[in-house]
Amino acid sequence: MTTEKTTGTLKNKAQAAASKPATYGEDIDLNSFNASADSPEYREDPSQLPAKAKEQMLGAGVMLDDTSQRSGTFIQMDNTPVHSSIRQEGIEIMPVSQALEKYDWMPDYWWRAVAVDADKYTANIELNQSNGYFIRALPGHKTDFPVQACLYLSKARLAQNVHNVIIAEEGSELHIITGCTTASKDEPGLHLGVSEFFIKKGAKITFTMIHNWNPEIAVRPRTGVIIEDNGLFLSNYLLMKPVHSLQMYPSAQCIGENATVRYNSILLADKGSSLDVGSRALLNAQGARTEIVSRAITTGGNIIARGYIEGNAPEVKGHLECRGLILKGNGIIHAIPELKGNLAGIDLSHEAAVGKIAEEEVEYLMARGLTRDEATATIVRGFLRVDVEGLPPLLTAELKRAIEESEKDVM
Amino acid sequence: MLEIKNLCVAVDGKEILHNLNLTVAQGETHVLFGPNGAGKTTLLMSIMGFPKYKVTKGKIIFHGKDITKMSVDQRARLGIGMSFQRPPVVRGVKTRDMVAACLKGKGDGETIQELAAMTDLAEFLDRDINYGFSGGEIKRSELMQLLAQKPELALLDEPESGVDLVNIAVIGELMNQLLEKDCPIRLRKCMGLIITHTGHILNYVNARTGYVMINGRIGCSADPHEILATVKEKGYEECVACLLKCNGIERVNK
Repeated sequence: MTTEKTTGTLKNKAQAAASKPATYGEDIDLNSFNASADSPEYREDPSQLPAKAKEQMLGAGVMLDDTSQRSGTFIQMDNTPVHSSIRQEGIEIMPVSQALEKYDWMPDYWWRAVAVDADKYTANIELNQSNGYFIRALPGHKTDFPVQACLYLSKARLAQNVHNVIIAEEGSELHIITGCTTASKDEPGLHLGVSEFFIKKGAKITFTMIHNWNPEIAVRPRTGVIIEDNGLFLSNYLLMKPVHSLQMYPSAQCIGENATVRYNSILLADKGSSLDVGSRALLNAQGARTEIVSRAITTGGNIIARGYIEGNAPEVKGHLECRGLILKGNGIIHAIPELKGNLAGIDLSHEAAVGKIAEEEVEYLMARGLTRDEATATIVRGFLRVDVEGLPPLLTAELKRAIEESEKDVM
Repeated sequence: MLEIKNLCVAVDGKEILHNLNLTVAQGETHVLFGPNGAGKTTLLMSIMGFPKYKVTKGKIIFHGKDITKMSVDQRARLGIGMSFQRPPVVRGVKTRDMVAACLKGKGDGETIQELAAMTDLAEFLDRDINYGFSGGEIKRSELMQLLAQKPELALLDEPESGVDLVNIAVIGELMNQLLEKDCPIRLRKCMGLIITHTGHILNYVNARTGYVMINGRIGCSADPHEILATVKEKGYEECVACLLKCNGIERVNK
């Protein structure tokens, strides 16, 4: 099949799904957003970006003034890549449009982990695509420091349609921090993003995504992951700032023996925020493993925390843990853990708990001399604590910092 | 000094402690005996100030200060500490965090390590507090926190229950350290009030007064070893009879 034919087929499929509602989440009216924006100028030096933008990006884990602890950087503002640089051999970062021109094998990855006609959001991305990032680790190469990418929404009422492709070739290792944020504190906007991850034999990707939106932004990420033999995908998702409506349900397929996927999500919904966030793992090969952990806190917003594990091969193992804390206000946490086993000899389990902070725990800490507020803060900090196995110390420290910065909002 | 005067305490609207009086002088350690449901834990929880235990009458005076209406944390900061019989698991809060909270900034990471080594809990510092701890580990962890807190009144609720004989010796030693056994009484800063069922702890702790609690009242006070010998020989029945006699009540059913 030629590339032109493939492209034609994809466009046709997208056209057919252009008004197909998503399975979950509030239906977003795509017509109320603009597709075009000005093209900001490209910067060789990312520290030359406007101070306000850099500050917002820093809140999403993206550091531009000092990039010495990053193996590479990609920044897209609205629909235009404004910076792309690499500091390490064996790692590639570029706008996805450039990768499509450079590599004739790109169709093997394009819309292969996510279906183009999954819903109207995926279809819209195909029909109105405005770039995205391409990150790849060549065989056997490992990032010394994380690679960082930022998708920045600066124009009000814009629909950002990005398509990202991330490939870890055999035996390679990639650590990525993605920060998504916006210039405005209160203007509406729409972020649509497809991310397709390919983890080859024995490769590893650690993907840490920090969202830092505003109370009027709608967000619909669509993520698919394909993991081959002995590959590992480790995802950390952090949402501690208000957002209007966010729905995502990344899906990982373990197609190779002993492939492993771990998801950790930390969600905070303030009044007016509506989150529907899940993690899905399909264990399709012998010995595949998954662990899904989510921590949800509401201070007045609504959270649906989903999880799905499907066991389709012998000796697979999966555990799903979903804990919710109703801290104040009239927020709702709805935990929906699902397990599906299709043959004998698999081991799938889940635990879910939703509630307020136990008074007995607060009083126990108070008996050690902490005030009620200090005791509550300590328990919340503990609830949000990230002990992610396999996460490099630098990333652990960055996650911890991002959580601590948000703690004052929680309390 | 701890003085408890005519204390009545109700839990969920039901009076559990009735007109209870008790005094622990500076530097002394006293022991509470009594059958299950006698109100021993209620007394300790009331001294610590847990809101569920409502003082309906009487006073609790600590170092001359009326603390009856103070919150749990205020009492802790005044110098009252408690070792819980069944402390809750607090997920995500590490043992290290608890010890640090008890130290109130008076020690650093090294102090925490020393305390953990002393209580043989070094590998528990980075575990969630009380999560998956055995009976003995819980008791040692409670004592480690109290050793960090350095209270002037230590309330110890069954420090030896669920602990094997080897661990009892360790716990006895830690309690002695907390209660400053090697120091002359007049120089000790810490008082102790200990609940015990088995009395094993008396082999290690230098306690000078014991009480028998029955039905929310203190029946008698005597040398704790004598009380233990009587209870072992005759059970608490003898104490009940004695208490009824003291209160001028004839038993209807023998």
